[in-house]
Amino acid sequence: MRLSRFSRTALFVITIATLLFLYLPLLVVGRLSFNPQKSVSWPGWSGFSTKWWGKAWQADGPRDALINSCKVAFAAMCVALLLGTLAAMAMTRFKFFGRNAVSFLLVLPIALPGIVTGIALQNTFSRTIDLWLFSFRVGFGFHSLIMAHATFCVVVAYNNVVARLRRSSPNLLEASADLGAHGSQTFRYITFPLVRSALLAGGILAFALSFDEIVVTTFTAGSGFQTLPIWIFSNFSRPNNVPIVNVVATFVMIVSIPLAWLAQRLSDGGTDN
Amino acid sequence: MGECLEHTPVLTGDTPTGGQASGPAHPLRGINRVFHGRRRLGVASTLGLPLLWMLVVYVGSLLLLIVSALYTLSSKTQKPTHELTSANLTAAFTNWDYVWVMLRTTLVAVAVTVVCFLIALPVSFFIAKIAWRRVRRGLVVAMLMPLWAGYLVKGYAWRAMVAPSGGKFAAAGKGGGGFLDSTFGWTPGYGRVAIVITLVYFWLPYMVLPIYAGIERLSPSLLDAAGDLGARPFRTFRSVMLPLLLPSVAAGSIFTFSLTLGDYIVPQLVNNGKEKYMFGTLINSTLGAPNQPLAAALTLWPLLIVVLYLFAMKRLGAFENL
Repeated sequence: MRLSRFSRTALFVITIATLLFLYLPLLVVGRLSFNPQKSVSWPGWSGFSTKWWGKAWQADGPRDALINSCKVAFAAMCVALLLGTLAAMAMTRFKFFGRNAVSFLLVLPIALPGIVTGIALQNTFSRTIDLWLFSFRVGFGFHSLIMAHATFCVVVAYNNVVARLRRSSPNLLEASADLGAHGSQTFRYITFPLVRSALLAGGILAFALSFDEIVVTTFTAGSGFQTLPIWIFSNFSRPNNVPIVNVVATFVMIVSIPLAWLAQRLSDGGTDN
Repeated sequence: MGECLEHTPVLTGDTPTGGQASGPAHPLRGINRVFHGRRRLGVASTLGLPLLWMLVVYVGSLLLLIVSALYTLSSKTQKPTHELTSANLTAAFTNWDYVWVMLRTTLVAVAVTVVCFLIALPVSFFIAKIAWRRVRRGLVVAMLMPLWAGYLVKGYAWRAMVAPSGGKFAAAGKGGGGFLDSTFGWTPGYGRVAIVITLVYFWLPYMVLPIYAGIERLSPSLLDAAGDLGARPFRTFRSVMLPLLLPSVAAGSIFTFSLTLGDYIVPQLVNNGKEKYMFGTLINSTLGAPNQPLAAALTLWPLLIVVLYLFAMKRLGAFENL
């Protein structure tokens, strides 16, 4: 398709404008975190101060919330990696009844609106579940948050591993078996090295997804438990805390964007093999 | 070579999984033997755990939620009792107030999807077909990176962007507006335009990625053929590209549509004052009322719409393009 010079230039301009649209708000928050004044009104580009970064570092609220977020994200990542990898192995190695339904089921927690997932899990966790022999109540706190986050993170781990397994030739596994390796050896020397970087990428993405989540989190954290997004959400409208919210938001960006970039590199890495 | 083959134990031996060639017996050999050729055991041992988790924790919760929509709210304790009633369902689906909020939310979701499509199409086309080959990957990554900047961070960023000057919410009463107001002298302010802009900002990368992949897959000879047959670029776009891209657009729209439908944070961030503008905020405030059974009944709305939407998009071939 031959496009005129005008169309090409127009498309170029639209692309550049879109990139600006995508990055400008992030720059604005970054700039605001170095704002010498306390207001959220735009200070222009002159006048920098790091005093809010110092204040944010000393404040207990955001730091505790950050530690909680990391703990929850790490635990949810581990559960999601385990479940996602198992599901990916099943889906690539076996044909069975209801195979399509399984992939649908795994996508469901992120395809359905977060508020539906959130209210459903909150409802379940707050109930006393009676199983004839014994009854229990899940309750709220670390564990409920980990369960909720793991549920919607499984699909990320699954997607990464399943894509890698599909790309890699099944001949490799057969060759390994032909050469006399048994299941565990094949896993250790063939399957695991194949999916290693996909696992890492899936793990990082699951961590980022959990770290960032707010909707399901507000419903399943229970009162008194704060993750970083919950901390931001409960402080953004308090004028006194706005400068610290700016710093925390900038901090989250600085940490998560390079991580996502790394995950991208890792999950692309498999195409070369 | 023939001589070698005759002595190769793997080819002549009766044990297909190895045998003498692999050295001393491995302790896991026994387990391996149990699994060999037993497909069901294999499926159960790999799929069992994830399937159990998803069914018990997730599907179980969804079913419980639907059941809880049938509970009666005790007028004394404001807590759900186990007496069953269909009043909540009737209210959720016939009360015009709720239906109207749902319609408005669907309209916002459609608007967000259309705007995302209109931006994503030229951008993806530029990246896939026009941009210098070596910067393509970088451009795609640059489009995707903001996805990971943190949902709340981005919502908050837009709150700071569109803050109107002088208003109740501007800058702790210090007068000046946010970035847009003080740089361009114009801001949509807090309200529905800000909601749509923010949601477009959130979900745009989800639309760019599948459309970009779709355009990249398009065979250039198809476009050339259309040109050779005398089609102008617009005609080629309309009659050749667009039909082929439909599944990709459908895949992207799953995210833009269903994520918008359930969103309840953005309306709180950039729509100060109007508590029940979108369905998510309505459900949330009903839950906090507290009226858990009615909130559960209301969640059936987005649940229904999203599931129907997923099925419609599946028919358009969206799932092969996710």
